[in-house]
Amino acid sequence: MFPTPIDKQPRGAQIAYQSLIPVALILWLLPLIAVAIFSIRPDADFANANYWGWPSSFEGVTNYSKVFFESDMPRYLLNSVLITVPTVIGAVALSCMTGFALGIYKFRANIWIFFLFVAGNFVPFQILMVPVRDLTLDLGLYNTKTGLVLFHIAFQTGFCTLFMRNFIRALPFELIEAARVEGVSEWRIFVFVVLPLMKPAIAALAVLIFTFIWNDYFWAVVLTQGAESQPVTAGITSFNAQYRAAYHLMSAGSIVAALPPVAMFFLMQRHFIAGLTLGAVK
Amino acid sequence: MAPLPPSTAPRPAAIPASGPAPRGWWRRNQIAITPWLFLAPGILFFAIYVLIPVFQSFNVSLYDWDGLGEAEYVGLANYEEMYWDDAFYTSLRNNVIWLVLYLLAIPGGLAIALFLNQTVTGIRIYKSLFFFPFVISQVVVGLVFSWFYDPSFGLLNVMLGWFGAGPINVLGDERWVTYGIIAAGLWPQTAYCMILYLTGLNAVDPEQIEAGRLDNAKEFRMLWHIILPQLRPATFIAFVVTIIGALRSFDLISIMTAGGPFGESRVLSFYMFEVALSEYGFRMGYGAAIAVVLFLIMLVFITYFLWSMYREERGR
Repeated sequence: MFPTPIDKQPRGAQIAYQSLIPVALILWLLPLIAVAIFSIRPDADFANANYWGWPSSFEGVTNYSKVFFESDMPRYLLNSVLITVPTVIGAVALSCMTGFALGIYKFRANIWIFFLFVAGNFVPFQILMVPVRDLTLDLGLYNTKTGLVLFHIAFQTGFCTLFMRNFIRALPFELIEAARVEGVSEWRIFVFVVLPLMKPAIAALAVLIFTFIWNDYFWAVVLTQGAESQPVTAGITSFNAQYRAAYHLMSAGSIVAALPPVAMFFLMQRHFIAGLTLGAVK
Repeated sequence: MAPLPPSTAPRPAAIPASGPAPRGWWRRNQIAITPWLFLAPGILFFAIYVLIPVFQSFNVSLYDWDGLGEAEYVGLANYEEMYWDDAFYTSLRNNVIWLVLYLLAIPGGLAIALFLNQTVTGIRIYKSLFFFPFVISQVVVGLVFSWFYDPSFGLLNVMLGWFGAGPINVLGDERWVTYGIIAAGLWPQTAYCMILYLTGLNAVDPEQIEAGRLDNAKEFRMLWHIILPQLRPATFIAFVVTIIGALRSFDLISIMTAGGPFGESRVLSFYMFEVALSEYGFRMGYGAAIAVVLFLIMLVFITYFLWSMYREERGR
């Protein structure tokens, strides 16, 4: 283990380390802690310029219920769910198939198609912006959740294919060969042999894509406009315009918007990290 | 590979063989055709929404077009305009600053990973909490940091006040604004690099470390000669995601300054958006031309990434 385990060092160093970690953590999360404290302050604190002193009262419940019951926030949250979940399903389904094709079969175009997916995944969004917006307008899907979902599925397929293909490459190929010898059709090999083994990869990708899409802002601004279709990342700016200078509400709103991916991360941590490292760092 | 539990890997023999009669042609060509059937939907989507639009953007950049009316072919006029456009050079300069400073996330992430790679009680929770900033959307990170920088009540100026300095209006000062936004971006990016290195450190060969310790190698020399070479895969991924993150920087700028003050915090990705899709006008052609330049910069890195991957594939 590197660096030297702390329990093999002198007592003094151990105590120093143990007390340093929480301090470092608080410093690291300071901007976030500040917002969390803002979100439970009463309005009056801001009027009296009591920004960093002890809150004059705890208004957490009032502030958060305002966010949930008196603003468009629930609507934006629902939009985000309705955009994120279909995208996750679509991108994972498509990439299970592309990953299977590129991971199992040997044919000449294989590596070039794979690189096309990888390269497309690295492209800056701006080069796609004008044509994709135009296409979405032509399809009559501008300012709809469907328009956003279709684009997200297509774009995320690049990253997902990279991930799935590498995962499938690492599976024991003998299983497939054995099935072929038995005369099992290729389609059945996919459904009954490969797919069951892909569960961890599917879980990792699902969590990761959920976070990516939930946090997307650029495409939300480019392809949607109003409260009927915008996700929460774009909605938070209109929310903030509505409550200009009401820092306690803006803070509460931001925390609500940030929470779902955070919850996802804490619930599925192991899968999340496996996904982030592209399965390459084991 | 450990023996697979029966539930996840049904023995092939248990699967009913398909089709009653052997179908000749399909039988013979099944293995050649199946991959294309599996690829078809993915390639179709990807081509329509990603590959073809790249070329369409190249095409649009040769036109003068407001996005609605008739497009007028103007040849390279958009690129010529860019050549004389000061705002373009400001954006380009800021892109370079972003690229260079964003790379600090890699040593930063490594440092935190080394700090946290211990086995004391509760370390798992500490690791997750350190990773926290990456999970939050950049929009929220931007909001959080613009309050952190606020000249009247921001925590930064409160702390500067303790040392008798400030107040600095980071986001309102053209000298500081880009650095202020990059600092906000480094926060989640460092967390990302940290997790890559933490996973990498798990896989470092313990025998080599022990051998180094027996040779009385100093910790720093060990890090340089034994640990870092083994962390190469993690470093490569950290490099890829950091470069891409730097060139994609849009959310933070849009939320924190909207390019201001006086356009001093623009980068190409934001300037392109501003030209093509904001109250400044709908100049799709000029926007596409800026995007093409950004794409060409990115292409240098994409080529390098793919080349590295290709070498590794060949090595297998």
